Amino acid sequence: MECRLIQQDRRGSFVLEGELTIHHALDMKQALLSVLAQSESIEISLAGVTEMDTAGAQLLLMIKRAAEEQGVALRLKDHTSAVRTVVETMQLAGTLGDPMLIPGEAADGDHP
Amino acid sequence: MSLSDALPTFLAEARGLLEAMETALGVLDGNPNDTGAINSLFRAAHTIKGSAGLFGLDHIVDFTHEMESVLDRVRDGALSLNSSRIELMLLCRDHIDRLLEVVEIGSEPDEALLTQGEELTARLRQDLPASAASPSDPIHWAPVTGDDPVRNLGSDPTEGDTLWHLSLRFGRDVLRHGMDPLSFIHYLNTLGEVRQVYTVTDALPPAEEMDPESCYLGFEIRLHSEADKQCIEDVFDFVREESQIRILPPGAHFPQFLALMQAVPEDNHRLGEILVGCGAITERELEHMLDAQARQKSDASPTSAPRLGEALVQEERIQPELVGAALRRQQEVRRRQAQESRLLRVRADKLDSLIDLVGELVIAGAGLQAQVQGQGDTALHESAQEIARLVDGIRDGAMNLRLVEIGETFSRFGRVVRDVSRETGKDIALRIEGAETELDKTVVERLADPLTHLVRNAIDHGIESPEIRQARSKPSQGQLHLGARHEAGSVVIEIMDDGGGLDRERILAKAKERGLLPSDAEPDDAEVWNLIFEPGFSTAQSVSNLSGRGVGMDVVKQAIDALRGGIEIESSPGQGSTFRIRLPLSLAIIDGFRVSVSGNEYVVPLDMVLECMEMPRDLTEGETPHLNLRGDVLPLLPLGAFFGLPKASVTRRNIVVVQWGGRSAGLLVDELQGQLQAVIKPLGPLFKGLPGISGSTILGSGEVALVLDVPGLLERVVSVDSASYLQ
Repeated sequence: MECRLIQQDRRGSFVLEGELTIHHALDMKQALLSVLAQSESIEISLAGVTEMDTAGAQLLLMIKRAAEEQGVALRLKDHTSAVRTVVETMQLAGTLGDPMLIPGEAADGDHP
Repeated sequence: MSLSDALPTFLAEARGLLEAMETALGVLDGNPNDTGAINSLFRAAHTIKGSAGLFGLDHIVDFTHEMESVLDRVRDGALSLNSSRIELMLLCRDHIDRLLEVVEIGSEPDEALLTQGEELTARLRQDLPASAASPSDPIHWAPVTGDDPVRNLGSDPTEGDTLWHLSLRFGRDVLRHGMDPLSFIHYLNTLGEVRQVYTVTDALPPAEEMDPESCYLGFEIRLHSEADKQCIEDVFDFVREESQIRILPPGAHFPQFLALMQAVPEDNHRLGEILVGCGAITERELEHMLDAQARQKSDASPTSAPRLGEALVQEERIQPELVGAALRRQQEVRRRQAQESRLLRVRADKLDSLIDLVGELVIAGAGLQAQVQGQGDTALHESAQEIARLVDGIRDGAMNLRLVEIGETFSRFGRVVRDVSRETGKDIALRIEGAETELDKTVVERLADPLTHLVRNAIDHGIESPEIRQARSKPSQGQLHLGARHEAGSVVIEIMDDGGGLDRERILAKAKERGLLPSDAEPDDAEVWNLIFEPGFSTAQSVSNLSGRGVGMDVVKQAIDALRGGIEIESSPGQGSTFRIRLPLSLAIIDGFRVSVSGNEYVVPLDMVLECMEMPRDLTEGETPHLNLRGDVLPLLPLGAFFGLPKASVTRRNIVVVQWGGRSAGLLVDELQGQLQAVIKPLGPLFKGLPGISGSTILGSGEVALVLDVPGLLERVVSVDSASYLQ
């Protein structure tokens, strides 16, 4: 399974899909950093993320921090349960700062 | 990278633990109260659970968790290990083994395996108190009954006593090594409940400098757990060396946190905030600590800050019992480390390539010897001798590295005997002797199957059912004896039962029916017994699912032949039978004795050479292939004629007397060339079936010599002998 960052439109919407893990960390770092130059306001949907590990969490932390330094408004949205599990385990919701919406039907049972 | 680098280590270790489990269960089967065995059983289950947790193998964690719970109750004396529980534990062990296999091939357990796991879990839960058996709440499974002498010492059993503080700074490379800090946090949840996690992101460098495969995160964790410190520490076994793992026990106060502050990379104020953030200390305590630290710095240089222990003593917070326990644990750790450093895990292929090199060295050494002998230089000669001596030592040492004790293979049969005797309704005691006998690792591995077959045969066909045994006035419990010992350059392995013995008449009848023997033949016992090694030969009247299908004994024989060994049978009706396997000590390099026949070089394994002599003048070849050796008849085999070589004109020929498995014969050769070290090279597949030849070797001169298959030659001498006798 690969990991890709796909541009949705010219207004700074991206979709991240696949395994945001150590296996793709090198590529994803470049991909994520490259989007910062594209717009003042960027939205990355995580709706396609099927798996995430510590390396993935670090990438999200990195891109948030880099965006802040460059004055880009970066929003992460559509956290999948894979992402939510990691964010909740590490209690990073506050640090990342984006609201996480839990879909109604999946609200129970996906976090131990 | 589908498997992380550490996974093979985990699998190997888990397999070792499963073996330990089986051994312990074997001991407990005989003596259910052996605390050593109970503890090792518990430890094995616990360690497998712990390591599996690190790799996120949840199904193994869940399963071993139940097993551990039951074992914990056994350890506490709340349950006893009766034979049905031992049986259950054996099944659980097998289940874990299968789960590991699934992990190894990188797939997920299938439906059948999951169902089996659930069934076993259900059986395990019958032994657990109702509250602990609830599947939705796996955390509070171990009810702490009564006062725990260590944990509850000197303070109220409030929650503060079970709230640990863990300060984790993972090494930069843990992710590359295939370990994910997340799994550790998940796993901590099985030891208790992770109440608070504070992820320390301070070490994360600016985006351009960040290596996305390095780990920059640290964690401050509040863990509510009844587990002891060792247990929690064990979680981090795989990363301890590269990471900074600090565990503060429940009830830790500011001296400990002070020490923690000094140890972590973040500055004091930052860590203070973190600790306040995750509820480990209050604001006021933080101020107090920072004050204390400032005072310390002004009092003395930072390098002479009091060590943790001193600080604790100064604060009079330490309890002597705890110090004692900590010291004991430290000693244990040190002992374990010392033990680990005595043993070294080496990949088998590294060892093999070393042995190959030693083989080449031996050949090159022989070449040197040959050349030096041609020159009259005494000093050179001496040096060459010295080198030869050292090469000898290196060879022996290298071969020794490959030697393993056979006991491990033997103890596996405890299980086989147990299972098979249950299936057949027999009562059988297994006795093992000479478990410390050492054999080449390859030999031991290749012996496992034939041995299993012989053991199963002995149980299934050899030993009678208790009723028949009583009728024959034998003790109703059958005896199976497995033994190993060294004997004159070979290893002898015996499988002995006290059953009914082989049925001579039935084997003879069957052999004649199948045309293996002429109908009027009256062979001796040894020949009759050898008939059972014929392919497809079975005299069992009933075919069970264990044996009796006539498949196997020929395979056993082939496997042992392939190891250049031999098998012989002794049997007496009503008393039992003995299967005796003889194997050469090593496979790769041997001491040999070189002879030549018609200009061709041959090597006889020196272990099998009894003596050499000149051929008596009065002995004429051909009609009388026998020699009167000090009153005994010694059959002779003229090698030249046997291999169809042209006759060479030699003034005086020689006889090499060889012995194997209690038989001896004389090999008629032209010249004796003396001793040498022979590195045995296998013959190509084309020459594999050659009678009388088991391999080849390269001489110092670069010539090729054939290694004689003495057991095979002896068999030929004897069979030619008996054939002529029958006519």
